[in-house]
Amino acid sequence: MWMEPNEVTIEKVQYLDENGKIRAAAPDIRDDELITLYKWMVQARVFDQRALKLQRQGRIGTYAPMIGQEAAQIGSACALGKQDWIYPSYREGAACFVHGFPMKNFFLYTMGHLKGTDAEGAHVFPVQIIIGAQCLHAVGGAWAGKYHKENSVSVTYIGDGGTSEGDFHEAMNFASVYKLPLIFFVQNNHWAISVPRSKQTASKTIAQKAVAYGMASIQVDGNDVLAVYTTMKQALERARQGKPVLIEAVTYRQGPHTTADDPMKYRDPQELEQWLAKDPLKRMKAFMIEKRIWNEALDKAEFELAEQKVKEAFELAVNAPKSTTEEIFDVVYEQRTNQLTEQKNSIAREGVL
Amino acid sequence: MPAMTMIEAINFTLRKEMERDERVICLGEDIGKNGGVFRATDGLQDLFGEDRVVDTPIAESAIVGTAVGMAARGLRPVAEIQFFGFIYEAMDQMAAQAARLRFRSGGRLGAPMVVRAPFGGGVKTPELHSDSLEGLFLHSPGLKVVIPSSPYDAKGLLAAAIRDNDPVLFLEPMKLYRAFRQEVPEEDYVIEIGKAKVLKEGEDVTIITWGATVPLVSKVAERWEQQENVSIELIDLRTISPIDEEAIVFSVQKTGRVLIVHEAVKTGGPGAEISALINEKALFFLSAPIIRIASFDTPYPVPSVEDDWLPNAERINKGIREVLAH
Repeated sequence: MWMEPNEVTIEKVQYLDENGKIRAAAPDIRDDELITLYKWMVQARVFDQRALKLQRQGRIGTYAPMIGQEAAQIGSACALGKQDWIYPSYREGAACFVHGFPMKNFFLYTMGHLKGTDAEGAHVFPVQIIIGAQCLHAVGGAWAGKYHKENSVSVTYIGDGGTSEGDFHEAMNFASVYKLPLIFFVQNNHWAISVPRSKQTASKTIAQKAVAYGMASIQVDGNDVLAVYTTMKQALERARQGKPVLIEAVTYRQGPHTTADDPMKYRDPQELEQWLAKDPLKRMKAFMIEKRIWNEALDKAEFELAEQKVKEAFELAVNAPKSTTEEIFDVVYEQRTNQLTEQKNSIAREGVL
Repeated sequence: MPAMTMIEAINFTLRKEMERDERVICLGEDIGKNGGVFRATDGLQDLFGEDRVVDTPIAESAIVGTAVGMAARGLRPVAEIQFFGFIYEAMDQMAAQAARLRFRSGGRLGAPMVVRAPFGGGVKTPELHSDSLEGLFLHSPGLKVVIPSSPYDAKGLLAAAIRDNDPVLFLEPMKLYRAFRQEVPEEDYVIEIGKAKVLKEGEDVTIITWGATVPLVSKVAERWEQQENVSIELIDLRTISPIDEEAIVFSVQKTGRVLIVHEAVKTGGPGAEISALINEKALFFLSAPIIRIASFDTPYPVPSVEDDWLPNAERINKGIREVLAH
């Protein structure tokens, strides 16, 4: 008997429908936790919109917007314990903020500051640019955590495009073979720059990719923060027992890949319209208002507070001393080589030759 | 002091370092039960268990990438790439990840890891097993590239590499694994990374080389001294990155004539860098153009022509004659 592709059936976990109505039994999440989840989503959106504007004004460099993916990032990161580790790519600012990465430093990163990846003690690996490479660092990190008996889980964030990379598959294989405390959190935002998910992989789902590696997986509505948070809690329990898992959070990148491209060139505006109707903030807000734990006045105040925090973070970043050319020589090796010392001194003495 | 081959010295050092520091973990293909294809890790899994001597799936990028993650979180991985020609599979994880982690994290994180790999010619391996690709990594800031040429050096350099807080590529010349035995002290010692060794002092010609060609060049140099009365200074570079400029410049100032011998292909090879550095720092001490005896600019050839392709005694002799002609 041939095993046909895509025979695997995977049901998507979802609690909130597109209008913010509970579909089945509500998950067991306390009201204060619900409010925290939403507040972080507001913070993420405000940061994102501000960053986009600042880039347009030329005050920060290239930025990869996360708008539309707030529930996936916030829901997953809010479930983590402090001892857990995040291995992010460039679009995971929101998840990093939740896990203690200073917003100020993310601005520094976009400004091209040498210390822009400094997590200041938070368990956040430097932002990864090479798609998929971070999956393997998470494998090694999870391994070290297990070896040191830390009870920590490593979470690697990757997009749908990233699942085409070899490193993703090698990491899945290693994680499963060695039973590592590791979660592959795939944000399927449907676009890898200009290439749609349908041209990225012929798999019906990304979740099913785990099956071939002997790993458990699940698909969640990535715009439903309750589904993401609840699923991530379950995933963490599994991972802490040495059972790595893959979560496919189905979401949508509402903006461009980065501030350097224009999605109008490659995607149908109708598709965006459909996804705007599934916006993660809108759903959660409707749910909370219905539940009578939130209202428009609180909402307005929260957006204002978030604006204030972003403004403060940006001010701190703008006023931070700029990276100097001299500094770059000191962070290549633990101890500067003679060549680097000579090159550094040449700048101080007589300018670059 | 027991006499050891290079492979025995490497095996002994790995054992000692694993005893010394429980953060040291070995990982790679066939390194466990099989003890590595050259037996570098022979018996280590029996001593330290499967958690510390790990047989991995066949995936070079994953081996190096996992080591990066381990190193950043407090382990001291020693990863083996079965043959250095397979490093292309792990190029990103070596050059863009391990090498750059300290820089990318603004100095916050390091990758104290070693990647070991057998390499070099003269043993008639199948394709992509022998290639001398050290030049690729000389060109990748953030890495250290170390190549021993004797059992004694292998022990001291490998111990230093494992204890180093930066990623070290440790390249082991296959031809020298069992070529000769040498007294290797069992007690702890390290050889500083980044320092060349003057194997023999001389007055007339400086020859700079490393790895598999060191014994060959030594033999050729000896003949010139005995039969032609030419005094040769022989430098074993030991570390390709960072290069010991001081040792090179000091020697050139003395002899004024330089021959560089390496198995890496000629164009863009480490010899080009060394030659350029002499040009910048000691040009006016030169009495003759610098000669590079390197492998030809082709992919590593089939075994039947390997002996002509690699630097050999005949080509080295020609080179010495050439620098002496001026």
